[in-house]
Amino acid sequence: MSGLVVRDLRVVFDGFVAVDGVDLEVAPGDIRFLIGPNGAGKTTLVDAVTGLARATGSVRFGDDELLGRPVHRIARMGVGRTFQTATVFEELTVLQNLDIAAGAGRGVLTMLRRRRSVPAAVSSALETIGLADLRDRPAGALAHGQKQWLEIGMLLVQDVKLLLLDEPVAGMSHDERDATGELLRVVSADRTVVVIEHDMDFMRSFANTVTVLHAGKVLSEGTVAQVQADPAVQQVYLGVG
Amino acid sequence: MKTGMRLSWRAGLGFAVGAAVLFAVAPVALSDFRLSLLAKYLCLAMVAVGIGLAWGRGGLLTLGQGVFFGLGGYAMAMHMKLADAGPGEMPDFMQLYGQLDALPWWWRPFANPAFALPATVLLPMLVAFLLGSLVFRRRVRGAYFAILSQALAAAMAILLIGQQGTTGGTNGLTDFQGFFGYDLDDPVNQRMVYFIVAGVLLLLLALCRQLMQSRYGELLVAVRDSEERVRFLGYDPANVKLVAYVTAAGMAGLAGALFVPAVGIINPALIGIVPSIEFVIGVAVGGRASLLGPVLGAVAVAWARTTLSEEFPAAWTYLQGLLFVLVVAFLPGGLASVARLVRRRRRPPPDPAPVSPAPVLTQEVTA
Repeated sequence: MSGLVVRDLRVVFDGFVAVDGVDLEVAPGDIRFLIGPNGAGKTTLVDAVTGLARATGSVRFGDDELLGRPVHRIARMGVGRTFQTATVFEELTVLQNLDIAAGAGRGVLTMLRRRRSVPAAVSSALETIGLADLRDRPAGALAHGQKQWLEIGMLLVQDVKLLLLDEPVAGMSHDERDATGELLRVVSADRTVVVIEHDMDFMRSFANTVTVLHAGKVLSEGTVAQVQADPAVQQVYLGVG
Repeated sequence: MKTGMRLSWRAGLGFAVGAAVLFAVAPVALSDFRLSLLAKYLCLAMVAVGIGLAWGRGGLLTLGQGVFFGLGGYAMAMHMKLADAGPGEMPDFMQLYGQLDALPWWWRPFANPAFALPATVLLPMLVAFLLGSLVFRRRVRGAYFAILSQALAAAMAILLIGQQGTTGGTNGLTDFQGFFGYDLDDPVNQRMVYFIVAGVLLLLLALCRQLMQSRYGELLVAVRDSEERVRFLGYDPANVKLVAYVTAAGMAGLAGALFVPAVGIINPALIGIVPSIEFVIGVAVGGRASLLGPVLGAVAVAWARTTLSEEFPAAWTYLQGLLFVLVVAFLPGGLASVARLVRRRRRPPPDPAPVSPAPVLTQEVTA
């Protein structure tokens, strides 16, 4: 397992500094929550790590430098992400969604043939995310929470070692949140997980460590208790809740 | 597994029926004249099969398939012109215009069928590869891609018209005597050309079906619906689109190559903006995302064009436009979706997704 090491990361959009010299270390197997008010730079940080936003500084995952590589190369190095709005391939079935996620390394001949059987990684992911009974259903027909689980399942079959989840429980019911949290625990057994989240209850229940971002900078870092006790955090953020 | 078996059984039956209609019924039921018209329509249908793949499945609205159709058509026509003229001679139209003393260098290789025949397919594919590599890597898509491909069709037609001495200009290349030694005026040989066209169309359909049902076909739909997401799964969407675009170009090139012996002419008016758009209209009317829809749509629109423009020459353009608007507005899935719509009306809707399998998940974790 590898950890994520971010050094002096800066992202600038047309003169606006969205991420301003962030240093971040996520240990292998950690479940790290990134919290902070709107505009703190959480999503932009994830965009920079996954190659979507141009950045300066350094992002290392294991021994590999990620900055400066195209999105699909970073994905192949074992870094996967989800988006605030669940993006699954709506017209394809659950099974097809997962099968595509499993296949970035496939050769030309395999691609040009039909899928004859369900790959082992796909069937185990179907079990883990609890969608085995719905595998032939178009992804567009799934409930909101199920789509989020499907996205996480796609990351599992993609065999990523670092999961970056952008508000995975937004819009979920209480039961669905708990199920998602349990899923994150299972997943982090052999993977590193970073979660952007606004839901404080969810964070208290499932975060291992927390980083608070504010105005593009790291405001505080530590366990949930440490962060909650930090006066600076209380002032800008947690004091509200 | 069970559905897969049933589907392939149905597909086999479909191909058998298609082959029976094209090879047994049509030659008996249609006059020589109508049969050669059908051969022309089937050539247009080959272009449509490729557009169905690139646009219907891949979301690439290509308004310039005339370019690839033309490349294939001109490659074949140049070979046939040179074969008619005999070794070392210039084609008749060049002698007529009298601007040239010798055959232009780029005409020469087409005298050799071993070059000309593969070139009808490979040349369009090469052009599509070069263009697609540039365009898809720069993430040009949607309307911008459509306009770009259309501009290319316009440019090619203008170029051909301007080079009258070497390309035949507006007249194009026509007045062919033979096709690989067979006299094209002989109805028996025209019939042979029809059979070749019908056979090639079935082959292209089989190829397209394989592509659509393969893992690549699923990936292509994924790229169409969410290109960014595919990139985050570790694929380069530019390559995925490129395969569909180049395949469609090859099909259009082959269609153009067969169009020339079947119809006896290729000229700029057959490959410019208007025919390029008409290809797309046929596909839209038939149903762009299905396998057979583009074929039926292309044949139906071409047939309607011939029939109606005999009666009302001026009205056809408006009718065609109206047809396109109506299909896009009221039947986005095209004619191919009518059967499905009717079936859905008759049957009650399927159950909604069972809500929340969350308990399963927690059970598994605690177990």
